[in-house]
Amino acid sequence: MEFGLELAAAVAAAGSEVWSTTMAKTQLGPSTIEAPPRTDNVIQIERVSKVYQTGDIQVHALRGLSLTIRRGEFVAVMGPSGSGKSTLMNIVGCLDRPTKGRYLLEGVDISTMSKAQLADIRNKRVGFVFQSFNLVPRTSAIENVELPLLYAGVPAGERHKRARGALEEVGLADRERNMPNQLSGGQQQRVALARALVNNPSIILADEPTGALDTRTSVEVMEIFQRLSREHGLTIIIVTHEPDIAAYAERMIHVRDGRIDSDEPVRERKEAAEVLLTLPSSSADKDDDEPLGNL
Amino acid sequence: MNLWAIFKIAVRALARNKMRSALTMLGIIIGVSAVIAMVSIGQGAQAMIEDQINSMGTNMLYVSPGNFRQGGASFGTGQANTLTDEDVNAMRREVPGIASATPLTRANKQIVYGNQNWSVQIQGTNEHYAEIRDWEVQEGAYFLDSDVRAAARVIVLGKTPAEKLFGSMSPVDETIRVGNLPFRVVGVMAAKGQSMVGQDQDDTAMVPYTTVQKKLAQRPSNSINQAMISAVSPKATTVVQRQVTELLRERHHLGQGEADDFNVQNMSDIAATSAQVTGIITLLLGSIAAISLIVGGIGIMNIMLVSVTERTREIGIRMAVGARPNYIRLQFLTESLVLSLAGGILGMMLGGAAAAIVARYLGFPSLVSSLAVAIAFGFSSGIGIFFGYYPAHKAAALDPIEALRYE
Repeated sequence: MEFGLELAAAVAAAGSEVWSTTMAKTQLGPSTIEAPPRTDNVIQIERVSKVYQTGDIQVHALRGLSLTIRRGEFVAVMGPSGSGKSTLMNIVGCLDRPTKGRYLLEGVDISTMSKAQLADIRNKRVGFVFQSFNLVPRTSAIENVELPLLYAGVPAGERHKRARGALEEVGLADRERNMPNQLSGGQQQRVALARALVNNPSIILADEPTGALDTRTSVEVMEIFQRLSREHGLTIIIVTHEPDIAAYAERMIHVRDGRIDSDEPVRERKEAAEVLLTLPSSSADKDDDEPLGNL
Repeated sequence: MNLWAIFKIAVRALARNKMRSALTMLGIIIGVSAVIAMVSIGQGAQAMIEDQINSMGTNMLYVSPGNFRQGGASFGTGQANTLTDEDVNAMRREVPGIASATPLTRANKQIVYGNQNWSVQIQGTNEHYAEIRDWEVQEGAYFLDSDVRAAARVIVLGKTPAEKLFGSMSPVDETIRVGNLPFRVVGVMAAKGQSMVGQDQDDTAMVPYTTVQKKLAQRPSNSINQAMISAVSPKATTVVQRQVTELLRERHHLGQGEADDFNVQNMSDIAATSAQVTGIITLLLGSIAAISLIVGGIGIMNIMLVSVTERTREIGIRMAVGARPNYIRLQFLTESLVLSLAGGILGMMLGGAAAAIVARYLGFPSLVSSLAVAIAFGFSSGIGIFFGYYPAHKAAALDPIEALRYE
């Protein structure tokens, strides 16, 4: 609760109505969900600003945004393009550093870290899933999954074992030798998910994970996210512009003009496993999927 | 992240673009093989020249009379009459480092036997000449000191005049005419072949130097054209040269500040000079070849830059999953190093083969020296690192966000 107090103080100092209501919602969030109540904050963003200098023009992508996400939460971040949500995700994913303010990931301040330190943090604490899958081309599924372990210095034998485990988790154990271009879009995204999982990260950050997938495959991927959240208590953050997809999360955050516009629990949460039953199963046989190119 | 894993990733990345990698490597292959071939051929030539100089004896010294001036006109080296056989005798007596020495006097004469004739440069020597030059007498014997003292009309023929005048007949004990005088042939020298400068060393004949002085010269005199000295060892030549100089200055009554009226040449010096010259030529050839190696290096840099641009997205992915900038740098550096070293090894084999073929064709000793191999290895890895660093640095400096967005 210490963090909460600090945040409250910070918000009070800022004196913004919007922020205090946001705060209240943030604190309410966890109590309404079924996940095991855990009080530690995985992500704590305090009055973070990000300014880009493009020529003579300064672009304020984030304007003193604050946000707290607790362990085990499944959060959807929504917002129109230009709202600053990509910038927020880049900072949360430790790909970028804030211009002002603090960002604590599991209590560690990353605002002042060097590029190499950020790389290490990403390696151990963040798992990325991208809209365009972003698998390394002409490299087999298992080698793609092994990549974070390779950079973490895990020996080859253990690397293999853990990568295989992660592929089993997403149901692709039989495809480990396939190259990305021999896999369908859904399969590629599941390989990417396995890669995000393999290093036991603190957070999984998915940027439009279903943006390049058809309806059924999207739901299948969301089913995996929900299962991981429930079974392993993983902290998952999904950026999406589809309300349908956001509805699979527990908490929905809207970002607008570099600030948090609204932050509330998902009222009618959808269960991907149930939705799947209602969808026609024509494309359920993934093995017959037309392989998609790397978008 | 171990080096073996980085190496495997690099090799796989190169294997993806086989044609491109092969062509890039070709630049290095050509460069390295050119360096190896040039340096090896240069060193082979050097070794051959050194061999020939050594066969002439690196323990040899030659003393020539110096240039002399008369009424302001300067005459060329060897034209003065300042050197005499007495000088040679004094050297043999007083300079301890001298193993043997002979005066040399020369005369160009026509020699005639029956209806055959041949024009030859006749060398007047003492009885030690064959031994000084390490030259065997094939038939008969060299003339003796008694012949020298008596200025006897005896002659030893080289292989060439012997064949010209006598064909397959034995010339020993036959009488031939040298100019207008009858000479008795006492011996025939073994064939020695061509000299370094392509001169037929067998086209000569030897008579006692006294005979040249008294009977063949237009005006009898006791001056000689040259003195040939063999020192006890190649190392002793420097000391002998100094002592001979001192002795001759004393004998010729040269005061301080007066120039030598003679000239002492040391074969070791000549060998050193020629080694230096061939060394410079080798260096020159090697440098020109090295330029092609640099061109190959630029090829590597070019292709690595293309590769970095092409794989921007991949670099972004690697960075996102936790590759430090240093790993990215190391990976691209490893790729260029693998290219250049593989090219270096292939180039070394090719260059070695080329050098061996040229060596066989030109009759050089075949030398692919460890020096050339070290140079090629050093150069190709150096070039891999030097020309690979900039692209690798460019890759490492990429912003992961931009790289991930790159299309």
